[in-house]
Amino acid sequence: MSTNNEQWRVKVGLAEMLKGGVIMDVVNAEQAEIAQEAGACAVMALERVPADIRKQGGVARTSSPKIIKEIMEAVSIPVMAKARIGHFVEAQILQELGVDFVDESEVLTPADEENHIYKHDFRVPFVCGCRNLSEALRRIAEGAAMIRTKGEAGTGNVVEAVRHMRSIVSEMRKISTLRKDELPVEAKKLGVSLPLLEWIAEHGKLPVPNFSAGGIATPADAALMRQLGAEAVFVGSGIFKSSDPRKRAKAIVLATTHFNDPQAILEASFDLGEAMPGIDIRELTAAAMFQNRDE
Amino acid sequence: MNKLPVGILAIQGGYEAHAKVLCSLNTPFLYVTLPTHLYKTSALIIPGGESTTLLKFITENGLFEAIINFKQQGHPIFGTCAGAVLMAHTVKNPDQPALQLMDIVIERNAYGRQLASCIKFGKFIPNQEEMEMVFIRAPKIKAINKTVEILAQYDEEIVCVKQANCIAATFHPELSISSPLHIYFLSLI
Repeated sequence: MSTNNEQWRVKVGLAEMLKGGVIMDVVNAEQAEIAQEAGACAVMALERVPADIRKQGGVARTSSPKIIKEIMEAVSIPVMAKARIGHFVEAQILQELGVDFVDESEVLTPADEENHIYKHDFRVPFVCGCRNLSEALRRIAEGAAMIRTKGEAGTGNVVEAVRHMRSIVSEMRKISTLRKDELPVEAKKLGVSLPLLEWIAEHGKLPVPNFSAGGIATPADAALMRQLGAEAVFVGSGIFKSSDPRKRAKAIVLATTHFNDPQAILEASFDLGEAMPGIDIRELTAAAMFQNRDE
Repeated sequence: MNKLPVGILAIQGGYEAHAKVLCSLNTPFLYVTLPTHLYKTSALIIPGGESTTLLKFITENGLFEAIINFKQQGHPIFGTCAGAVLMAHTVKNPDQPALQLMDIVIERNAYGRQLASCIKFGKFIPNQEEMEMVFIRAPKIKAINKTVEILAQYDEEIVCVKQANCIAATFHPELSISSPLHIYFLSLI
């Protein structure tokens, strides 16, 4: 892995500057302003929030460039936008538009069921989802400058986010206990590059920031993910599908920073109105789960 | 000598990268998120990140006044990127309040968005050595008062300044392997 070239370092550098923060899904400039006002460190522009994509079905594509541009003009914080998995032309358009980060996202309908975008070819940094270490390392090998555990977007249910974060953190812990001569066979088993796995063995963490997404709906959810090892959180439907988005957005930002301070999380949790309605994961079929769309 | 640790404002942004540099320099540090933490430190680093987020937190939790008092008591303060924005006297693009710790005018995201982020080299004026400078959605220092000393320039732009016990850099020294600026800052304590 080449970690010394300028392009890679400035990509990971921006990801580094988002640590400790909350990245909020927004569908228009007005929501973006509410997010910035609440203390979001970035916004994610998309056509529909995941809860609506889930409900309405159909093909979910990258947002209209016009709306993304309006969002970029409305706020001073970084603007991210989603492209379909494997749809490198959507990504080219987003880069041309000048967004600060592209999310190659399983929440949109995949455009390629075999291949992901070769992200090293781009100057714009990418974030990708993962359920485990194996997926994370393949995305990093393809050029992702940030990893987010997938969770299950649009459910308001944090259980999958927890599952994926625990999985990746415990796998890294295990790798760091292996002997050097045990790593090649482990790399083969996981289907990942040996140099990347050796990096994990030495450092016990990913070479790029590791954030959490998919199902975070309350300040406590956000703090839970941070205590489990997430360096920042993405909140999708959880804010703008709740009864009081302004208040909830601010509360989640507070809990994400003060994730180790129960008193601060308690204070942030008061009087927030209704959270988004949730979905029991066990009621979803495997085909209905966004997380199963790539590996 | 029994010195207090160096504080790193850890609300959001590049606090871990600064912590890593201080570790490599064998300097104890303390993450600062509330005013009470500040009193246990000898100096403060305000990292990069989003200045809107940082400003919102410090305004609401009392750190805004606490940091101004901390500076007046003579403690050194070092701001990088968004940290430099917070330390300025005047902030543009868009206009926003600041701690006004230094007599500089700063413009946010002045090079453009992420695609304009880059790594450059320039001279660190105090020791005349070449220094790497990582610019990420960087601001520009547009004007300085006569009492502000220039520590580094790149391509006619002033990118690092010092005034009394305060240092501001528009780039990210914490993302470079060797950091003459951190060493210089620690020498002020």
